[in-house]
Amino acid sequence: MSIDVAIVGIGMHEFGRTEGVSGMDQGVVAVRRACADAGVGWEDMQFAFGGSMAAGAADTMVSLLGLTGLQFINVANGCATGGSALFSAYNTIRSGVFDLGIAVGFDKHERGAFRVNTKGAGLGDWYGATGLALTTQFFGMKINRYMHEHGITQDTLGKVAAKAFRNGSLNPMAWRRKPISEQEVLDSPMLSYPLTQYMFCNPGEGGVALILCRADKAHLYTDKPVYLRAAVVRSRRFGSFEVLAPSIALEHNAGPTVDASKAAFEMAGIGPDEVDLAQLQDTEAGAEVMHMAENGFCEHGAQEWMIQAGETEIGGRFPVNTDGGCLANGEPIGASGLRQVYENVLQLRGDAGARQVPNDPKVAYTHVYGAPGISGVTILSR
Amino acid sequence: MARVPVTEGVFTWPSDEPRLIGSRCTRCGNHMFPVQSGCPKCTGDSTETVELGRRGTLWTWTVQGFPPKAPPYAGDADPKTFRAFGVGYVELPGEVKVEARLTEADPEKLRIGMEMEMVIIPLCTDEAGNEVVTFAFAPVGGSGNTNEGES
Repeated sequence: MSIDVAIVGIGMHEFGRTEGVSGMDQGVVAVRRACADAGVGWEDMQFAFGGSMAAGAADTMVSLLGLTGLQFINVANGCATGGSALFSAYNTIRSGVFDLGIAVGFDKHERGAFRVNTKGAGLGDWYGATGLALTTQFFGMKINRYMHEHGITQDTLGKVAAKAFRNGSLNPMAWRRKPISEQEVLDSPMLSYPLTQYMFCNPGEGGVALILCRADKAHLYTDKPVYLRAAVVRSRRFGSFEVLAPSIALEHNAGPTVDASKAAFEMAGIGPDEVDLAQLQDTEAGAEVMHMAENGFCEHGAQEWMIQAGETEIGGRFPVNTDGGCLANGEPIGASGLRQVYENVLQLRGDAGARQVPNDPKVAYTHVYGAPGISGVTILSR
Repeated sequence: MARVPVTEGVFTWPSDEPRLIGSRCTRCGNHMFPVQSGCPKCTGDSTETVELGRRGTLWTWTVQGFPPKAPPYAGDADPKTFRAFGVGYVELPGEVKVEARLTEADPEKLRIGMEMEMVIIPLCTDEAGNEVVTFAFAPVGGSGNTNEGES
């Protein structure tokens, strides 16, 4: 029998641009804040999983936090780095190896679109040289096809982005805290048709840490434990349409998000209709739309009327990306997936302040997606 | 000025009828692009090199509206002179969908399902003064500038 797992401490360094503070230092701040939240010290950590894409090897942070001799394992898994750290921490406790530990992610990226390391991604130099190694192109092409097949309008993409910045304006940890109207979103420069500048998130900076423990010991650290009911990571199967792919198969497969979502619901014994709010990967506005259906929360195409009717707003039937998502927070790769879990813990504790989802939400869901076709899902409950 | 391919082994060059070079699984027949040794469909470990079809239909597309970072980009990344270019996946019947630059960058002139044909286009000039060329797909029937200047 496996052991239940609770999240008993959360810590975050503000997302955005913090001049003069390294990505790793932002991770250290997040760890200290998570320890303070749980009322523990770094010396109480029995293990750690951590990662960043561009800000150094996570395990070197022990020289700043304290050389306690703990087991510290680095995780590198693209956009699912944070999700993979959490998955690993979750299973470490479930298996009974340790009782208390931490998952940490942080990053600090240069400005502008991600500069893809084509060799590291298993692609020829020609792919980057000819102007194809841009993740932004995939996002434009996937939503363009999706709009063609399922009748999503560009107006709806504008609404998704405007919601993100509106939610971000209620989040003191967010990067973009100024509302941007739907019309401003639609009128901003076209970066990768049909996606405009304000429909895209930016690579950014930030750090998040989460302290996990055996559920039966959670009361030692908090009076508001949040239980991790599922943590799943999946890679792509043949026929799926993924980022940075020189070719795709003729036959169609729904992709790793669908697989991860189904597995997570099964693991948790919870259905999509029981989820009260969700943080869904929104590297751009189209991704949020598509991921609503891929994660099982609606039929393909139903997003059009759901979003037009305001159902995904904080006060709506199914709030999505309540902290402003990647669009308002930016995407520090190592920290991004953990930010989603941080937000859900706040929401389930009832501590989300001005952006609190009403009516005491009980179940919350996170989803990340990234190169070269991976997806990570978690389900939390009170 | 000589015209040289951006890389060897990705498309046939020189050729009057350039084709992409891919792989075919000797066990299940699955087509891949570019050449690779193993099959993602059946996990087979034996493939043969094949030339892919030159014509297909546009499966999806976008327009690259800002200069890609250089490196890795070898084309014109100067914001003052950069010209947007189309990018899409072209479905080659019975084979595979290949990602490529498109000669057309006007959203009004691109639509999913349109017939496309492979062409060779200039990308940049190398240090030796050679014109570096790469593959692209152009709408069949001439809409769009194929940029196939004599040189």
